[in-house]
Amino acid sequence: MAHGPATLADGWRAYISRWVFTTNHKDIGTLYLWFSFAMFLMGGAFAMVIRAELFQPGMQLIRPEFFNQMTTMHGLVMVFGAIMPAFVGLANWMIPLMIGAPDMALPRMNNLSFWILPFAFAILTSTLFMEGGGPNFGWTFYAPLSTTYAPESVNFFIFAIHIMGASSIMGSINIIATVMNMRAPGMTYMKMPLFVWTWVITAFLLVAVMPVLAGAVTMMLMDINFGTSFFDAAGGGDPVLFQHVFWFFGHPEVYIIILPAFGVVSQIIPTFSRKPLFGYSSMVYATAAIAFLSFVVWAHHMFTVGMPIAGELYFMYATMLIAVPTGVKVFNWITTMYKGSLTFETPMLFSIAFVILFTFGGFTGLMLSIAAADMQYHDTYFVVAHFHYVMVAGAVFSGTAAIYYWLPKWCGKMYNETMGQVQFWVAFIGFNIAFMPQHFLGLAGMPRRYADYGLQFADWNMVSSIGAFIYGGAQIMLLYNVIATIRNGKPTTEEKTWEGAEGLEWTVPSPAPYHTFEKPPEFK
Amino acid sequence: MLKRAKALFLSLLSLVVSLPALGSAVVETSTRQLNMPQGVTEVSQAAYDIHMIMVWVCTVIGVGVFGFMFYVMYAHRKSRGAVAENFHENLVVELLWTIVPTIILIVMAFPATTALLKVYDTDNPDIEIKVTGYQWKWQYEYLGEGVKFMSELRTSDDEVYGREPKGEHYLREVTEPLVLPAGKKIRFLVTGNDVIHSWWVPDFGVKRDAVPGLFTAGWAKTDKPGTYVGECTELCGQGHAFMPVVVEVKEQAEYDAWLANKKAEAVEYASTIGKEWTAEELMTKGEGVYLQSCAGCHQADGNGIPGVFPAIKGSPIALGPQIGHIAVLIDGVPGSAMQSFADQLSEVNIAAVIHYQRNAWGNDVGDVTQPIDVLNYKQSK
Ligand code: HEM
Ligand SMILES: [Cu+2]
Repeated sequence: MAHGPATLADGWRAYISRWVFTTNHKDIGTLYLWFSFAMFLMGGAFAMVIRAELFQPGMQLIRPEFFNQMTTMHGLVMVFGAIMPAFVGLANWMIPLMIGAPDMALPRMNNLSFWILPFAFAILTSTLFMEGGGPNFGWTFYAPLSTTYAPESVNFFIFAIHIMGASSIMGSINIIATVMNMRAPGMTYMKMPLFVWTWVITAFLLVAVMPVLAGAVTMMLMDINFGTSFFDAAGGGDPVLFQHVFWFFGHPEVYIIILPAFGVVSQIIPTFSRKPLFGYSSMVYATAAIAFLSFVVWAHHMFTVGMPIAGELYFMYATMLIAVPTGVKVFNWITTMYKGSLTFETPMLFSIAFVILFTFGGFTGLMLSIAAADMQYHDTYFVVAHFHYVMVAGAVFSGTAAIYYWLPKWCGKMYNETMGQVQFWVAFIGFNIAFMPQHFLGLAGMPRRYADYGLQFADWNMVSSIGAFIYGGAQIMLLYNVIATIRNGKPTTEEKTWEGAEGLEWTVPSPAPYHTFEKPPEFK
Repeated sequence: MLKRAKALFLSLLSLVVSLPALGSAVVETSTRQLNMPQGVTEVSQAAYDIHMIMVWVCTVIGVGVFGFMFYVMYAHRKSRGAVAENFHENLVVELLWTIVPTIILIVMAFPATTALLKVYDTDNPDIEIKVTGYQWKWQYEYLGEGVKFMSELRTSDDEVYGREPKGEHYLREVTEPLVLPAGKKIRFLVTGNDVIHSWWVPDFGVKRDAVPGLFTAGWAKTDKPGTYVGECTELCGQGHAFMPVVVEVKEQAEYDAWLANKKAEAVEYASTIGKEWTAEELMTKGEGVYLQSCAGCHQADGNGIPGVFPAIKGSPIALGPQIGHIAVLIDGVPGSAMQSFADQLSEVNIAAVIHYQRNAWGNDVGDVTQPIDVLNYKQSK
């Protein structure tokens, strides 16, 4: 049956049905991307509340109790609502196009894994309006603060996490099945674009650790409602057990967030260097090495809980080791640029900023891995600065690069280059003003998750807040740029938007037709 | 605002000026502090040294890597006529940049290990102090001395909520600091009473999580008398930012005098337990205790927060038999945020606050709860 997607011209009902019942990978990718952007704005709004309150010492706008709800919701929404779904959206759109498949392997499950997400976040957000307030125990929700001492809404939080986990697992199974079975003839594993590689490895991480997270929240649920004491010392349980289980999920989780971002950057840098990616196979091996190591370093988040020294030493050495494959990736990106023919369009700017700022975050990561020094850094703003360098300047910058890079392919319109570059510089400068001072705050002794602070921290907090507002503004500009492109962008029909681009996605017309590669393409 | 902006400008300026001095000792925490304090103990010095080694190693690598990158971005741009080459592999280079970083890491593992061994060197202390985290204050117990007390924030709510100007020691002042002698090795045994807290004194390099049901050990020994301020560093609820740590290190003689005084106080206190208190005395004392220890959750007007913290006003426990009311305070309510106050409040204070709760806001049971009743209940268990 040859039919196009329903548009508004076919009436509202048809249009809504298209999106609700769609099994098309491009539609689902689009849904994921818009949803994650909405969550990004919501999580960003929470961050603005936090930074507004921290603008000056003293409590001006909100109460400490609500402040804790804001830090918790900010973290949860950004990690589970913004970054992860954004990369699943990119995977949906791009993996079939990159490997020459007509769609994802399991299209109906694809629909389900997206459509349960809005419910998960509706439930999570609704807790803010419940009696007793929403989750207030941090995105790491350590027991017993999140069990015995939690507001009643914690049960809804647990339910929401379960749904998100189910969605992630389904999405991952789909990606693994697609890549294993639907590659175009001739595309061997070692010829796959790096974005596909990093996503397959990420999918395996997700399938492995999401059940662990589900286990952790289920044990919480039992402790809260059924009188068990997994994490309650008074009943023979152990609060530290919670942290081991959580970080066994949590550390791989941070690589779940960054590996697809590595993949995006590994696509973009060669394009604008007009030169193939340097060290393709070492990139693949480094990704696999990082993924493996991510399972065996979790307790570096727990250096201060009083582990025996043998444990501390092991986790310290193992964590230091991660710097090696991470370094390999950075060297490869830079060498890709070496003796290339470089141009600096918006996606390239974001990718270069990614390499610089992510590496900076890697340096602070290496410092944090030194257990004796971590006794001073731990749970201060130094850690907050570290993970915003790797997650925001890492994952979010690379996601933004991806939007500019593939937007012409998605909608057949070209964004305005000047506007794109302006947005980049506002984001870059705002980001650094917001987060660079947080290193100083942390070293000078300001703990994280503080609703209020002593006068000695006042200046840098004010600088940081100003930077955060600028960075927030940059996201509104991004939204504007995307909408302006879709509505009024200069139409482009070229298959290959970028001169130096390689890969099957650049062999289909722009905008990519609703159905592509119904016959497998030739891949040499 | 203008003043702030000026201060800001000055501190930015001082950042540039003080960069070369980053490594110098800045014991006093000031606005200008950008780096980790060197502190006053072997452990804090070890943490600082390894921190600086890492800073320099990262700086050197960073300058090299980013320098090369910026050179490439300048020299190989298309607008300068650069034509792309087509190489994409070089085994030697790739091996080198795997092996060299590995070697650097192995070398760095040595000082990192030495530093960590120092942190864990908690054996043979001269003095042992049990540190217990409560929502939201610290309790210090001098083991074997019979001295223990609570240390909580002294900054008033009025300062926090901007109804009064903020004092110089805003959020850095407590009712009673931990007092330590100079020149003695002190072992801290840190634990938690309710949720997890974390006891941190940056100048000692001691940060140990206060986990309920578990003891974690840290140690400090310093020759420098002075006042050292720290914080709670594990999210522990709404009062997380409001439970600072203040430590005073005194010369041995001063410390001995202080300790003797504390012991005498403890003895004197024991005699007040047997005394018969009047309803008025209990009411006045009880109101103070209530506002300090209970109002955070149950609210000053006794109405609680619906759905979160129950009201005391009109509560069946406050209006029911005295013994039940005492039981709630001594035993806590398992599975809820209502903790046991048996170790936190003295018998006198518990008796007073119970009396207050039973006779304030229109609760008028009319009975009188004496410290001895509380003691009897405790001993009956
Ligand atoms: C060279 C690589 C890295 C190393 C050696 C490293 C090391 C560490 C260490 C030791 C901590 C614990 C600090 C503490 O709590 O005291 C930490 C925290 C953290 N790291 Fe990294 N890291 C690296 C890269 C990354 C990446 C790529 C991400 C994510 C994209 C990431 C995200 C985080 C997050 C979210 C936390 C804080 C979690 C929390 O407590 O809320 N890190 N890192
Ligand atoms: Cu980690």
